[in-house]
Amino acid sequence: MAVVIIDGRELILPEGRRLNGIEAARLVGIEIPHYCWHPGLSVVGSCRMCLVEVGMRDAKTGRITMQPKLVPACNTPAVDGTVFVTTSEKVRQARARVEEGLLLRHPIDCPICDKAGECLLQDYHFLHGQPQRRADLRPYTSRRRDIGDVTLFVDRCIMCSRCVRFTREISGSSELMVVGRGAQEEIDVFPGRPLHNNLSGNVVDLCPVGALADKDFLYRQRVWFMRCHRAICTRCAVGCSIWIDENQDRIYRLRPRPNPFVNKWWICNEGRYGYHYVHDRRRLVRPMRREGQSLHELDWGLLPDELCQRLRTAAPLAAVISPFVSVEEAYLLCKLIRSLDAQAVLACGPIPLVGQDQNFPGGFVVLAEKCPNRRGVEAVLAHFAGKVVSFDELLQQLADGLARGVWVAGGYPMPWIDHQQAQRFAGLELLIVQDLFPSPLSDLASYILPAAAFAEREGSYVNRNDWLQTSAWAIRPPSGVRPEGQLYWQMLGMPGLFNPRSVLDDIARQIMFFSAATCEIPETGLDLRVNLLAEGQADKERSHDV
Amino acid sequence: MDPHDKSIRWIKPPELGLLERSYLPLFLDGITTTLRHLFSRKKTVQFPDEPHQIPDPLLYRGVHRLNRDEQGRVKCVACFLCATACPAHCIDIVAAESPWPDREKYPESFTIDELRCIFCGMCEEACPVDAIELTSLYDLSGKSREEMIFDKEKLLSVYDQTIDKEPMRSRRQTAQPAGARSTLPTDRRDGLPTDNDPS
Repeated sequence: MAVVIIDGRELILPEGRRLNGIEAARLVGIEIPHYCWHPGLSVVGSCRMCLVEVGMRDAKTGRITMQPKLVPACNTPAVDGTVFVTTSEKVRQARARVEEGLLLRHPIDCPICDKAGECLLQDYHFLHGQPQRRADLRPYTSRRRDIGDVTLFVDRCIMCSRCVRFTREISGSSELMVVGRGAQEEIDVFPGRPLHNNLSGNVVDLCPVGALADKDFLYRQRVWFMRCHRAICTRCAVGCSIWIDENQDRIYRLRPRPNPFVNKWWICNEGRYGYHYVHDRRRLVRPMRREGQSLHELDWGLLPDELCQRLRTAAPLAAVISPFVSVEEAYLLCKLIRSLDAQAVLACGPIPLVGQDQNFPGGFVVLAEKCPNRRGVEAVLAHFAGKVVSFDELLQQLADGLARGVWVAGGYPMPWIDHQQAQRFAGLELLIVQDLFPSPLSDLASYILPAAAFAEREGSYVNRNDWLQTSAWAIRPPSGVRPEGQLYWQMLGMPGLFNPRSVLDDIARQIMFFSAATCEIPETGLDLRVNLLAEGQADKERSHDV
Repeated sequence: MDPHDKSIRWIKPPELGLLERSYLPLFLDGITTTLRHLFSRKKTVQFPDEPHQIPDPLLYRGVHRLNRDEQGRVKCVACFLCATACPAHCIDIVAAESPWPDREKYPESFTIDELRCIFCGMCEEACPVDAIELTSLYDLSGKSREEMIFDKEKLLSVYDQTIDKEPMRSRRQTAQPAGARSTLPTDRRDGLPTDNDPS
C-alpha cells in the first residue's frame, strides 16, 4: 500500500495508477496551480508555477527528509513515502514571483481579450499573485499573427508550449514551434506551413491564456454571459462529449468535455464548428400540410391526432429512422408505427459516409461515418422487426409497392437524399417527412414536420463502440419546432412532457442490447457491452456444459 | 409578537407639561417656518419655461454619451463590462474586429434603452477606457419606445453636444507612482507594439 503525504494529509494511492504531484494533490482536494502541465500531454515543467516542497519519508524510521530546493509537482512522481508541501511561505513566494514574472510583459488588455473570465493567468493572479505591481506597465495591445486555423496574439503568450506539444503529440502535424530565445521566445509557424489540421481547434482550449483565439468565436461573446450544457457531438460515430456554450438560445461555441472513455480531452474541428446549421435560416420551422400544389401551415394543437388518423387509413406503413435521432425517439416512433400497423416495415435511414477514418498519433479518431447513433437505432429496429432493413432495401420494397404510408424521421444536418431516391417515394398515399432542411423528399411530402437539432433535443446515443451517452437539451428550438420525442410521446397518448429517462428504462427492460442502461447513466457514458459480454460468456459456459 | 416576550423593552412616552399640552410652542414653530418660506426667495423652477440649473454637471447622472478618442472614433473597445455591470440590462453591444490597425476590437453596434435605464451610473464606473459617461442632459423625451433606444450614432452625437460644457472625466489623468497605478496606462498609444510585426 503506497501512501503519499500532501500538506500533512495521508493519501493512499490508487492501485495501478501513476500519478504526479498535481494529480495526487487533486485527489485530496488540493489544487496546485500549473500552466504547462496538461494530463493529455508530455511533461516539460517549464512554467514553474507548480513548484512545491518535496521530501521523502523513510519507511523504516519514519523520518522525513525534505529537498532543499523547490521542485515542480508535475514532474515529481507520487510514490510511496513522498511528502508534498504546497502551502508553505516558500511555495507561496515562489508562485507570486512566477506570476509577477509572467505579468512583466503581458499586455493588460483583459477587457478585449476573449479569454478573460476563464483565463488561468487572471485566476492565478487573484489566487497567488501579489496586489502591487513593481514594474512599469508597458504594452497595452498585443501583436496579432494569423497562423492558420486560429489567431495568435503573440504578446499574450506565456510560453507554456502546450499548443506546440499538442501539434507534435496529438495531431502529429507539428506545425507550431517556438522561435527566439529567452524573453524573445514566440510561438510561430514555418512560412507557408500554417496551422491546419482537423484537431487545430483544441489548441485554443489548451491555451491557458488568451494567446490562441478561435476565429469562429473571436469577439462574438464574453465567456461569463454563456451557460455550459453537457452534450454529445453528433457529427460522427465517435460521439465525443462536449460542452455547449449558449446564451439566450444561441450557441456560441462547442468545447470538448473530458471523457477518458470516448474522446479524452479533444474534439475535432468538424464537430467543433459543425453547429452552425442549428441557426441556419433555411431550417424548417413550421409544420405544413400539402393541399394540391400549395403548402398549408398548421398548428401543433390538433396535429398529433390528425397524423394518427391519416396513418391509420394509410396502412401498410413503413418508417425510415435516421441515425441522427436518439435511441428514445427511435423507440417511440417504432412503437407508434407498429401500434398502427403491426407489420410495418422499419428501416434505418441512409448512413452518411464521408471520406476515410482519420487516425491521429495521439489516439484520437474521426470516423467516416458521420452520424451519432447508427448502433442505437439499429438495435431498436432489430428489436421491433427482427432484422435491420437498410435504406436501399426499403427503396426496393417501395418500388414493389409494399407500403402506402411512410414516415421519414430525418434530422440530417447535411443533404442526404437525391432526386432519384426521392422519386421512389412519389405516389404514396401518405408521406410524412420530419427533417431539418427542405430536401427533394420534403417536396413530395404530404406533411412536412420540422425536426429539432442536436442541441434542442434530449436523449441517448450509442457510438460505434456501443458506448451509450445521454445528452440534455441546451437551447430551446426555434418557435414552431417541436422536438421529435415530444411529438411521438403525445401521439402515443402518453400524458405530460416527453421523459427520455422513463423511455430508456422501458428500453433497457425490453431490449437485451440496452440492458446495462437500467442504472443511472454517468456523465462519461456507459458501456453497453458489459452485460452482453457477461451474457456471451454465459452462453459459452452453457455450450461447454452440453 | 408575544407582548410578554422578555427581550422586549417597553418604553413609556414622556409626560407632557401644561405648555406642551396646549400645543402652542409647536404651533408657533410651524407658523414661523411657513411665514419664512412665504417671504423668502422662491425655489420653484418654472420648467420648461426656465431651464433647471444643475449644480455640478460632472456629478449629475443624465443621458449617456459615448466618448470619442483623439481621432474622433468611438472610444469604446466593446469589452461588455458596462453591459455586465448594468443592473437593468439596458445595454446591448455587438462586438467586432475593428477596421483600424491600432485597435483590436470595437462595437459594431452599441444601443442603450434609455427607458429601461435606471441612471445608476454603474456603466460609467465599470468602463475601463472611460468611453461611456453620463451627461447632465435630463430632459429626455421621445414619441415612441423605439425612439428611446439610443444607438451608437445617437450616443456619439450626445458627446458632440456636451463635450464643450462637460469635459471627459478620466480617472487616469493624474500621475501616480508605478506601484500604486491602476490597471491601465494613461495613454494607450504608449503601449503599441514597437517592433514592426509583418502580420
